[in-house]
Amino acid sequence: MAGHSTYVPKTGFTRWLDARLPILRFANDTMTTFPTPRNLNFWYSFGGILTFMLGIQIVTGIVLAMHYVPSADKAFDSVESIMRDVNYGWLLRYMHSNGASFFFLAVYLHIFRGLYYGSYKAPREILWIIGVLIYVLMIATAFLGYTLPWGQMSFWAATVITNLFSSIDQILPHAGTAITEWLWGGFAVGDPTLNRFFSLHYLLPFVIAGLVVLHIWALHVPGNNNPLGIDVKGPQDTVPFHPYYTAKDLFYLLLFVILYAVVVFYLPNALVEPDNYVPANPLVTPPEIVPEWYLLPFYAMLRSIPQKLIGVIVLFGALITLVFVPWLDTSRVRSMRFRPLAKQFFWALVVDCVLLGYLGAHRPDAVFPGTSIPMLPFARLGTAYYYAYFWLVLPLLGLIETPKPLPATIATSVTGTGVEQVNAPAE
Amino acid sequence: MRFARLALALGMMLGAGAAHAKIDTDPLPPKKPGWSFDGPFGMYDRAALQRGFQVYKEVCSACHSLNRVSFAAMSSGDGGHGFFTGPEVKAIAAGYKIPAGPNDKGETTDANGTPLTRPGIVADHFPPPFPNEQAARTANNGALPPDLSVITKARAGGADYVYSILTGFHEKPPAGFTVLPGKYFNPYFNGWNISMPPPLSPNQVTYADKTNATVDQMAHDVVTFLSWAAEPTLEDRHRIGFGVMLFLLAFAGLAYLSYRRIWADIH
Repeated sequence: MAGHSTYVPKTGFTRWLDARLPILRFANDTMTTFPTPRNLNFWYSFGGILTFMLGIQIVTGIVLAMHYVPSADKAFDSVESIMRDVNYGWLLRYMHSNGASFFFLAVYLHIFRGLYYGSYKAPREILWIIGVLIYVLMIATAFLGYTLPWGQMSFWAATVITNLFSSIDQILPHAGTAITEWLWGGFAVGDPTLNRFFSLHYLLPFVIAGLVVLHIWALHVPGNNNPLGIDVKGPQDTVPFHPYYTAKDLFYLLLFVILYAVVVFYLPNALVEPDNYVPANPLVTPPEIVPEWYLLPFYAMLRSIPQKLIGVIVLFGALITLVFVPWLDTSRVRSMRFRPLAKQFFWALVVDCVLLGYLGAHRPDAVFPGTSIPMLPFARLGTAYYYAYFWLVLPLLGLIETPKPLPATIATSVTGTGVEQVNAPAE
Repeated sequence: MRFARLALALGMMLGAGAAHAKIDTDPLPPKKPGWSFDGPFGMYDRAALQRGFQVYKEVCSACHSLNRVSFAAMSSGDGGHGFFTGPEVKAIAAGYKIPAGPNDKGETTDANGTPLTRPGIVADHFPPPFPNEQAARTANNGALPPDLSVITKARAGGADYVYSILTGFHEKPPAGFTVLPGKYFNPYFNGWNISMPPPLSPNQVTYADKTNATVDQMAHDVVTFLSWAAEPTLEDRHRIGFGVMLFLLAFAGLAYLSYRRIWADIH
């Protein structure tokens, strides 16, 4: 797929340019004529949506940074000043803070789509691992950004998360404390912490953008996976990216943006803890310290383990596990459409993650509302299932499961004939 | 309605009390009086904002600051979306004394030792009632009256919660519940013991527009004002949001048609 260039420069200037910097050839080959499986569904539109959201976050963030003051004394007031005095500052801030939520919503749907259709399997392992790196950096960036308004949740989230590193003391005495103080730039979360968090919050999105370029590059070498999980066999299986997928992705992007706009304009604080509108106060611990919704499953895992260091290892292990997925899944069949057993375990994983998210919003000693059923055993069970899915279910199922027969080609599956060819070079 | 809720809470409490032998002092769910700024087309009621400002000025501002709100924000002049005319805001601002020291001789007090002040201008923010936290606590039995600039966003339940606190002082504490010395009973407050004395009593303010100043009315007005103070751009947000939604729906409709047309030859 890669390396087949169909670009023909038509004017004197483009011929001149093509001999020096074939950037138009590159754009044409990757964004216009790129052969794309003809059966990609709605779930494949989130790559484009994520690129769009990264752009939104960077653009709104750059303007917000022009007005934000990263100082413990002034951060909260400067955010309020953005909301009140900066022209359309409220719009920029609500787009940015809710943009993070929608960025994560999209990335979760994107990751689960990859898990369902086996998009991590050969030859797309590197593509998947770059994606995991992007996701981890997104978590770091979102956490750093959450601290910047310097409200109560900002301050205490920064305290809780940086203190995770102090658990290293349990194996290397003093090392954990040393690392934590090094992160803080002092003996507690304070001005130096806020300053470096702001600096890193501005830096990481550009690292993400760089990785996104690698992610797309790694995608364009083998080409897209597809809902059938079978390889493209020939031109009858593909359509050019433009106009077919530009049109399809635009429509789904707009549906996503409509949902985003409803929240930005009508429910801008629905996803925010009210406590974060209280200025940070190191002397008053909020009754409940919770992260934003997109990190709640990991928070539930952390708090379900009574031993701090093991809890931290379980938390980070849940992320690191994703790196190994391409080799943990032993099945030769990519798509779960043809894996009757794996499909059920997959949906159980989805339910498990949602349940962990719900549990993460409550104290470990909480009971389900209206009952006396404690939540803690469910959080532990949920954590165990998360690990079991990747480290037991995926390796074993590939050995014992009998997959359904795969269709011969994408085209036969889609049209029933497989003779229609639509990927003829333009003109 | 209010009593029904309290009775329900008491019932649940007694049930739980048998097991725990301790009163559950979780706050009651806030009342929902309904607001002019509710819903996607909600706007602030201008008359309520003016009355609410009067309640804040004459009652709340004795203890509560409004540090992040400027006088200018209340102005409807110069394209502002406030609820007083430009000259009215100028007069309101001039009625406040703003700390002005040091002067050009480096003095921070006058000959009598009084801190220097100047009349406010519209660019000023509301001056705080106390010079610092310690002074505020000393004057309030050790409690710190919170700044009200974003209070309706800083509490779960928002405007409904603040309204319920202001109108929740009339309930009688249930048997077995002790109101701590120097505290007041308010079942909408977490723990039920609140440091704020009942702030509103009937006819505490005299409204210029002859509105009957009941506690409910004053609470409703001042919460409208505080909601505006927390989110003065809500009206812009609702107006622009409506245009954005229309545009996006039309755009999505066209995008759908072009998507169907482009794919028509494939399926």
